[in-house]
Amino acid sequence: MIIQTIVFYVLAAVTVGAGMAVIGSRNPVHSVLFLILAFFSSAGLFVLMGAEFVAMILIIVYVGAVAVLFLFVVMMLDVDFASLRAGFMQYLPIGSVIGAILLAELILVFASGSVDIKKPDAVAMPTPDPAQIANTEALGNILYTHYGYLFQIAGLILLVAMIGAIVLTHRARTGVRRQNIAEQVARRPKDVVRLTDVKPGEGATWKSD
Amino acid sequence: MTAFITPNYLLALPEIMLAGLACVFLLVGVFTGNRSTVPLTFASVGAMAIALGLVLAMDGARETSFGGMFVTDTFTTFMKCLVLIGAGATLVMGLGYVKREQMSRFEFPILILFATLGMLLMISANDLMALYVGIELQSLSLYIVAAFRRDAVRSTEAGLKYFVLGALSSGLLLYGSSMVYGFTGGTGFDAIAAGIKAYGPGNLPLGVLIGLVFIAAALAFKVSAVPFHMWTPDVYEGAPTPVTAFFSAAPKIAALALLLRVLLGPFGELASSWNQIILFISIASMAFAAFAAIGQRNIKRLLAYSSIGHVGYALVGLATATPEGVRGVLIYMALYMVMTVGTFGAVLAMRQKGQMVEEIADLAGLSKTNPAIAAVLGIFMFSMAGIPPFAGFFGKLYVFMAAVNSGLYGLAIAGVLSSAVGAYYYLRIVKLMYFDEPTEAFDRPVGREVMAVLVLSGIITALFFAYPAPILSGAQAAAAALFP
Repeated sequence: MIIQTIVFYVLAAVTVGAGMAVIGSRNPVHSVLFLILAFFSSAGLFVLMGAEFVAMILIIVYVGAVAVLFLFVVMMLDVDFASLRAGFMQYLPIGSVIGAILLAELILVFASGSVDIKKPDAVAMPTPDPAQIANTEALGNILYTHYGYLFQIAGLILLVAMIGAIVLTHRARTGVRRQNIAEQVARRPKDVVRLTDVKPGEGATWKSD
Repeated sequence: MTAFITPNYLLALPEIMLAGLACVFLLVGVFTGNRSTVPLTFASVGAMAIALGLVLAMDGARETSFGGMFVTDTFTTFMKCLVLIGAGATLVMGLGYVKREQMSRFEFPILILFATLGMLLMISANDLMALYVGIELQSLSLYIVAAFRRDAVRSTEAGLKYFVLGALSSGLLLYGSSMVYGFTGGTGFDAIAAGIKAYGPGNLPLGVLIGLVFIAAALAFKVSAVPFHMWTPDVYEGAPTPVTAFFSAAPKIAALALLLRVLLGPFGELASSWNQIILFISIASMAFAAFAAIGQRNIKRLLAYSSIGHVGYALVGLATATPEGVRGVLIYMALYMVMTVGTFGAVLAMRQKGQMVEEIADLAGLSKTNPAIAAVLGIFMFSMAGIPPFAGFFGKLYVFMAAVNSGLYGLAIAGVLSSAVGAYYYLRIVKLMYFDEPTEAFDRPVGREVMAVLVLSGIITALFFAYPAPILSGAQAAAAALFP
């Protein structure tokens, strides 16, 4: 138990620290690397909670795909982050005031004791006992059955997002030489290769007929 | 865990059919290119018509499917009919504009079809998660069509603004939903209602109320009620006109249907709590829209403010939380849909020398240059102002009657006063058309589709008083479904 507590605090501290470093570092590449660190340590937190499936998904999807994509964008696109951040400081006072007010409100609400944080008696879909069934299996049992409806609509949403990305950004460019496989396959040696006798001292001449 | 029961797919037949056809149309479009825009538009309208037929054919008592996430009853039938009619009419009407203004890409009707599908799912949602995915499917398609003229700065700005603010409201919705789930132990509307009942009166934890406020705020954003209306004028002005027409007709109705179902269904026990929110939103929307619209010069902005006001009037009925009030809301929304589709038909006809014009001043002297459109637009303006015997008057009558009968005299008085203020800017358009010197005449022909929609909606608006029975009885049955 004590080891679990220590691991939790280490991972939590690393997550928060890495999160701050994402915002704080000057070099955007460092920011992305810190973001990956934050994802890894929060995946560790999920493992501690017994949600190993979510932990793995977090690493595969967020680290493997999203963060790497970020890294590419940051390195490939010529975005001047310094100028983007130029006006940032002027919003700091009002931003921190609003943040402080929100925090104070949350503390007031929870400290007043009127928000009673306990598990409700009736839970529609209770979490299955981790000792009985593995996390991944439990999710797999319901994702395509009980939640099949939501799963299908989520698929439609992704389809719409894909259409949208194409509609809003794709432009048909002119003057691009495209590979035409049919043309390549249909090419015959006799159409394009000609054997000529080259006499010494004269060189070859090409006369198109 | 509850055992899995194979869902009754037949219940969602209109939605499944629309989703399947949209994918087929997408494939057809990909293979044939942009020359199939016009046939695909008509095919999409045909798909909506089939869906409408299926919805009407399946009208009946309350049934649920997909583990209680999907519900159909007379209320969903009524609202789905409104959405499908509104979406189909605006799609047909916008065809001429799409062809003229280089918007002729086959994705347009398909995105509208997906948005409509999202709205149908929203209306049938019986679970917070189903509600969320429905809203997202709808909103995502709407963001894209708002920015559809990607080379026009104002269109992309409209899309971006809508997207950022829409994402914010989705965040609010999810936060509220997680609070509600945490404190009631369920995401299904029936489970939430049972959870709230289990706490007993006076014993309700604050967390449920916090969640309720967040969900109500997010849905108020979707219907663009004050104080969550900021995006409406900019998005309405920037988006291409057929898209604006679609925005003001279909999504408003779907979002209002959600607001009705969520507040009266799972949170029906807490009517005395959310009642104050709706009361404030309603009065603020009516008053703000009445005054803010006065200074507008752009007809699309004016109609944006007008739609904010109309939502305010409709919410008067919800504030009563009685079957009579809900019936008023449904009648109001049905008539609003007809009026707004017609008005946008007239806006689509505003073309001078091949260019779209959007200034209100361009309407000057329309009665002399194009008397037919002037007469129809005049009917819509009188109707929106709430002048008898046009349809808009009856819409207002039913919601105000409901408010008076439940003792909300203040609300009814505020509504009547703001509709008097609002009458000014509607009647100003009539005055411009009939008493001012004509400017440039509008281009002819206006287009057969636009004329057909204009004439039909004009007839319904003008002659509603003669034969109101279908809408009245439909709304009556639909409202009854929300009060079991």
